[in-house]
Amino acid sequence: MRCLRKAITIAWKDVLSEMRTKETISSVLVFTLLVIVTFNFAFNTGQEVMNLVAPGILWVTFAFAGVLSLNRAFILEKEENCLEGLMVCPVSRETIYVGKMLGSLLFMLVIEAIALPIFALLFNLAVLSLQLMVITFLTTIGFAAVGTLFSALAVNTRAREMILPILFLPIVAPIIISAVSASGLALSGEDWGGLASSLGIIVAFDVIFLVMSYLVFTFVIEE
Amino acid sequence: MKEAGSISQAWAIKIQGLTKSFGIHHALRGIDLEVRQGTSLVIFGPNGAGKSTLIKVLATIINPSSGKVLVDGLSLKSNAEEIRYRIGVVSHQTFLYGNLSVYENLEFYSRMYDVSYPRERIREVLDMVDMTSRLYDRVGTFSRGMQQRISIARALLHKPTIMLLDEPETGLDQQATFLLWRALEAVRERKGTIILTSHNLERGLEVCDQVAILAGGKITFRQPRQGLDLVGLKETYQRSIAVRV
Repeated sequence: MRCLRKAITIAWKDVLSEMRTKETISSVLVFTLLVIVTFNFAFNTGQEVMNLVAPGILWVTFAFAGVLSLNRAFILEKEENCLEGLMVCPVSRETIYVGKMLGSLLFMLVIEAIALPIFALLFNLAVLSLQLMVITFLTTIGFAAVGTLFSALAVNTRAREMILPILFLPIVAPIIISAVSASGLALSGEDWGGLASSLGIIVAFDVIFLVMSYLVFTFVIEE
Repeated sequence: MKEAGSISQAWAIKIQGLTKSFGIHHALRGIDLEVRQGTSLVIFGPNGAGKSTLIKVLATIINPSSGKVLVDGLSLKSNAEEIRYRIGVVSHQTFLYGNLSVYENLEFYSRMYDVSYPRERIREVLDMVDMTSRLYDRVGTFSRGMQQRISIARALLHKPTIMLLDEPETGLDQQATFLLWRALEAVRERKGTIILTSHNLERGLEVCDQVAILAGGKITFRQPRQGLDLVGLKETYQRSIAVRV
């Protein structure tokens, strides 16, 4: 319980810092809206085609927005070597991981919450369904779990903006594919039973990468 | 707040055969060192001697490659979290978030260290470094010296029994340096232990009970402060460095 409290303290510190500058939220939001608008004009076809391509557009947008957002996750800790400040606090390295992951998850969910209604409006799709929200939430957990780990890894490299997508995107490919498939089914009116296999893959990915990242994080920041 | 240093031990720090390597580079090559509780040790050494690495190992930031390290009688390997309650770390970097105010920074660290009555304690430590009037200003707007003063306050928040200071004077003006030494005096009055690395032989000699010289990853000289004058120390320092180079 004490660990969770401290992880939330770390996440809250990130939120507070972001509220001061609004650097990440504003830049990622602008990027997300630009991509959605560009795709809207690029695929100026009938509703039938739009229904087919919309899930892909949605998840490509969220994946790249996630990369942008995750790139910033550890830059804050790099300035004045605050990561070492966290490391001398009486918390485990795993608690630091959970705190940073919760912060990243929150940022991504906020961006998605703003982007989804705009996406619905521009593409004339019913994306504001419970099914799609569950798919989005579960997929974002997977993004945040893997992305936080790789963000910590990339922050100490010179070309961190390039390293993160190179590491992140191949690993999250299975979850993106499952999210696209599940979103397509949800948009075509499938019930929960029809989404079960795709959701199962997303949940399995979340569990595997949450546990793996949690365990590996210590080695990433110590060496 | 956990009561730091509740276990009474003769040695605050006891190091045996400590080594640390980064790939093929050996930063520490078999350090043996003991520091008694309530005393202060200043470690001098040229750039690249391994001073910061030694402080980072003691601060549990990095793991040693080999050797045994006891802090307040607790093994560094198996009691890292407990040890972190007992140490306060001041580095040349402040560990402070520039976007947050002084209060927000110190409140964050108070929560991380389970400090009881954080509001009162924050005011106390800021009083020590003469920064109470800037409580709600953003840290990023401060000069280097002012940031370092807040950093000292941060390190003292949880009443550590052992202070680890890695060249804390870097970038400090005279007033800030004075406040640093005043804060360290307060630690000594509480029978706290201080381990300090410095390039400033004169100042270092003033505040310590023991002197050590680290060169090439090894302790090449160690002596109590008594009977040691600045001229003698300078000569010894030059000799120690020359031998290692």
